[in-house]
Amino acid sequence: MPAPRLPDGLVAFVKRDCPTCALVAPVLVELAAERALSVYSQDDASFPEGVEVLDDTDLEASWHHGIEAVPTLLRVEDGVEKERAVGWHRAEWKALCGVPELGAGLPEFRPGCGSLSVDPDRALELAVRFGATSLRSRRVELASREDEFEAMFARGWSDGLPLVPPSEERVLAMLEGTSRAPDEVVAIVPPDLVECSVEKVAINAVMAGCLPEYLPVVLAALEAACTDAFNVHGLLATTMPAGPVIVVNGPIRRAIGMNSGRNVFGQGNRANMTIGRALQLVVRNVGGGRPGDVDRATHGNPGKLSFCFAEDEEGSPWEPLSVSLGAAPGTSTVTLFPGEGPRCVVDQLSRDPESLARSFAVNLRTLHHPKLVLAFDAILAVGPEHARVFRQAGWSRERLLGRLHELLQIPGRELVRGAGGIAEGLPEGVADATLPKFRPGGILLVHCGGEAGLFSAIIGGWAGGSIGSQPVLREVRT
Amino acid sequence: MTRVLLDPSSELSPTSRPRLPRLDSVDGRRVGLLDISKPRGDLFLDRLEQRLRERGAEVLRFRKPTFTKPAPLDLRQEIASRCDAVIEALAD
Repeated sequence: MPAPRLPDGLVAFVKRDCPTCALVAPVLVELAAERALSVYSQDDASFPEGVEVLDDTDLEASWHHGIEAVPTLLRVEDGVEKERAVGWHRAEWKALCGVPELGAGLPEFRPGCGSLSVDPDRALELAVRFGATSLRSRRVELASREDEFEAMFARGWSDGLPLVPPSEERVLAMLEGTSRAPDEVVAIVPPDLVECSVEKVAINAVMAGCLPEYLPVVLAALEAACTDAFNVHGLLATTMPAGPVIVVNGPIRRAIGMNSGRNVFGQGNRANMTIGRALQLVVRNVGGGRPGDVDRATHGNPGKLSFCFAEDEEGSPWEPLSVSLGAAPGTSTVTLFPGEGPRCVVDQLSRDPESLARSFAVNLRTLHHPKLVLAFDAILAVGPEHARVFRQAGWSRERLLGRLHELLQIPGRELVRGAGGIAEGLPEGVADATLPKFRPGGILLVHCGGEAGLFSAIIGGWAGGSIGSQPVLREVRT
Repeated sequence: MTRVLLDPSSELSPTSRPRLPRLDSVDGRRVGLLDISKPRGDLFLDRLEQRLRERGAEVLRFRKPTFTKPAPLDLRQEIASRCDAVIEALAD
């Protein structure tokens, strides 16, 4: 939208709600008698009295001409601004107007007030109204009688829950959450293998219910998900129930108020719930991955709406998951894991680490099937009351993982087809071998959960390693 | 009142591409068999190869590195350039 042409002569911008403008109102009347003067009023077209006022309550002239404070006085020739005075400063005004005397009885100087056209509450609305945004996405106009929430369902944008309407203002506000340019490509998103811009991520983050400060986490999660190692394409397409699980580490957890404590995998925390949802909406809407279409899960799991949580680093006996995967301490990261729903490990009696490790092992052994090994990774989410047992005994992360590896060596004769009267199992050739349940690095240890309850949790993985998906760590950039 | 939302999708209008004409006979044609690396896919494809050869087809065998990922571009191009038709086989 082009800027409205300014009238020649002197041009003043004022608002009634500004004491300095009220102070200079008589000066404007004085000037109008001697010079060509146009006065734009931002909040009240009847102010100031005694001069002809141009109504700028829609702020079009103020916005286009970059008025930052009122009063602002301009000198305009042939529609072009030649001079500008901001606030009331007698000497400046006299020089600009070319008059020997002005505003007798007024103080020499008074600063002005903020212009309504730069009011933070209105800045985005005005940028949208005057077409100043660089957003490139297609505009979808809703008809007057169309319910906007129903319209989003009807267009297939929803995961089954209501969405926040992605208006231009909300998307611009979301983009304030990152320093990255809206047109920067974040990832190639499967299954359609589409280049996805920061802007498209922001639109889907708005719909998911994110706050702008969550956006860097969503962007990092998307980058990690769309690597060949994580293979979100296969994870989407699989008949198994897994979906992307996001573990957040580092200072950003607290900065955006994530939950790592009570009900950590459950409902109730906006950041946890909406970051995971935003990732899934990008896969759905940008990548084109939809349930029943490319997503062929037999059962799926409720975490495919959103499964995102933070590690309780402060209460942990161990270094954070991110550090164990190679991140520098103190950096904010996401770790993507291909996971199904969490399952509880109850052990209310073990008070020594060996006993508790054995409890973990017998539960981990059953993952997906007790007779299948080396096929799936797992997150072992140790609750604070269980972690206390290892802390008190001085067991490091490596020691616990090493012990689990020892305890999860399984005789091949228990694994072969037919063993235990169960057809499922491994070929007869492994009968004399001993096989580990998990590949090296196949258990990811995370500390999280509420302070009460002698419980931990297992999040089972999908086809692990290079044939399927590997956990991927990504630093969160602002 | 008109409200404007931003399109969250890839904005790709799906272009439908016509299928290549079906071969009227496999006799003397080169047929690719793509094993997707799922268990026992080879059993199924061995049988298909046998039946195709009985009908006079030349058979080339291909294999994806893993069933969880799309076939690599090089492999797709090789199949497209060397074969008149391809059969991609599931298994389990």
